[in-house]
Amino acid sequence: MRITEHPILRYQKGPKVKFIYDGQEVEGYEGEPIAAALHAAGIKTLSHSHIENRPRGFFCAIGTCSSCLMTVDGVPNVRICVEKLKAGMCVETQQGKGVLR
Amino acid sequence: MINTQIAIIGGGPAGLRAALAAAQTGAKVLLLDNSDHLGGQLIKQTHMFFGSQQQFAGSRGIDIATRLATELRQFENVQIMLETTVLGIYEDGVLLAEQDDKVRKIKAERIIVAIGASERMLAFPNNDLPGVYGAGAAQTLMNVHGVRPGHRVLMVGAGNIGLIVTYQMLQAGVQVVGIVEAAPTIGGYLVHAAKVRRAGVPIYTSHTVKEAYGDGAVEGAIIWQLDEKWAPIPGTEQDLAIDVICLAVGLSPLSDLLWQAGCQMTYVPQLGGSVAVRNSLLCTTNQQIYIAGDVAGVEEASSAMVEGQVAGLGAALSLGLGGEQAHAMLADARGQLAALRSGPVGEKIRAGLSLVEKGVTADA
Ligand SMILES: Cc1cc2nc3c(=O)[nH]c(=O)nc-3n(C[C@H](O)[C@H](O)[C@H](O)COP(=O)(O)OP(=O)(O)OC[C@H]3O[C@@H](n4cnc5c(N)ncnc54)[C@H](O)[C@@H]3O)c2cc1C
Repeated sequence: MRITEHPILRYQKGPKVKFIYDGQEVEGYEGEPIAAALHAAGIKTLSHSHIENRPRGFFCAIGTCSSCLMTVDGVPNVRICVEKLKAGMCVETQQGKGVLR
Repeated sequence: MINTQIAIIGGGPAGLRAALAAAQTGAKVLLLDNSDHLGGQLIKQTHMFFGSQQQFAGSRGIDIATRLATELRQFENVQIMLETTVLGIYEDGVLLAEQDDKVRKIKAERIIVAIGASERMLAFPNNDLPGVYGAGAAQTLMNVHGVRPGHRVLMVGAGNIGLIVTYQMLQAGVQVVGIVEAAPTIGGYLVHAAKVRRAGVPIYTSHTVKEAYGDGAVEGAIIWQLDEKWAPIPGTEQDLAIDVICLAVGLSPLSDLLWQAGCQMTYVPQLGGSVAVRNSLLCTTNQQIYIAGDVAGVEEASSAMVEGQVAGLGAALSLGLGGEQAHAMLADARGQLAALRSGPVGEKIRAGLSLVEKGVTADA
């Protein structure tokens, strides 16, 4: 899913890093939004609606729609479309509204 | 507490130009943006802009953002705070903002709200499936982060955004199977439409999405035709195998901060939603608060920039700054706005503005 050639743009990426998504090792570039790394890895379901438990994915990319809330390093409700990826991060699908520890 | 004369919320084209205009009058300016870059929507615009030379026509949006930001950084009286989200505006002119998980208080004599707009949703069954994205979001994913939104896309909306993002998808190597447009005609500029048509993307006017389907994510969509009363015509369904539906069905001004600050608001369909009542210098019913750009009415980057100038100068003049030169610049900017909104293309905006522009000040 990564764009390797583009007629106008050159992408400046940070170093390639590994992080954990629901127990599984995934690669991304440091500094890009976590959602970009997950999308590039083909992971589309990010959260679930509270009542019907319907899958929810990426939607607005600017941190306003709440469709991408996940638990990151134990902190629930992180907007992963604007949260930058760091090496070794632990990104988990959140159950319900999340619990503050 | 951080003290400033003019605080500007949002560093898109409107906020950048407001900051530049205010800075030129010598005002102490603080520019706040919740993202990690200046330029707002411009940083994902890889296409050449229309308009006149004064609004950088012929330049790509990303290059305009860089130019304005570089120019602004030359001013010593301007402070820029990025990754700072303004959460509220209070009666005493204090802004509450979040930066690095900490709450900061900012006291400003004048506040210019230039926070832009958000993408609209469209109602159809399964519109919440992963794979239904805002067009701007898909554009951010591709043009800023270098990730394709999917393999096969259905674009909804043939306004400029739908057409431009379609073309940018083709540039990024993504297949677009078609564009559906509920109206009987294409809303965007015909040059953009011609470009995507030449590339072989069909534009289905008088069509809409009947439903999306898929197990856990979008696997396809059914589209159907609309009659002259916009009612769907049974039997005209087409099933498209796609993995992304991109919504380019318009933007709505981000009005929450202005509602919260107690500005008088009105719903104006021509401007995209709820907007603040303002005078001709873009001052709201709260004398401390000015507006500029998409938040004042969804339009274009060109008009957003000029509105930024008007608001920046208006705010500075109200503090007794700028003098003759600011008055002259203001008159020039107002002339540019009138020119941008003249003729048949500006008709909708003019109609919308006539409903919310109240009170003409001495400068008008
Ligand atoms: C696909 C597409 C193509 C376009 N093509 C053209 C074109 O060819 N020509 C043209 O003239 N226009 C074009 N436009 C329109 C143009 O991009 C917008 O009209 C313009 O960006 C509006 O500027 P703005 O400064 O009002 O808002 P924005 O550019 O949206 O900037 C608002 C800024 O405020 C920040 N912000 C929001 N809330 C807060 C908060 N609470 N605290 C702090 N900061 C906040 C945001 O992060 C953002 O940086 C296009 C738009 C799109 C989506």
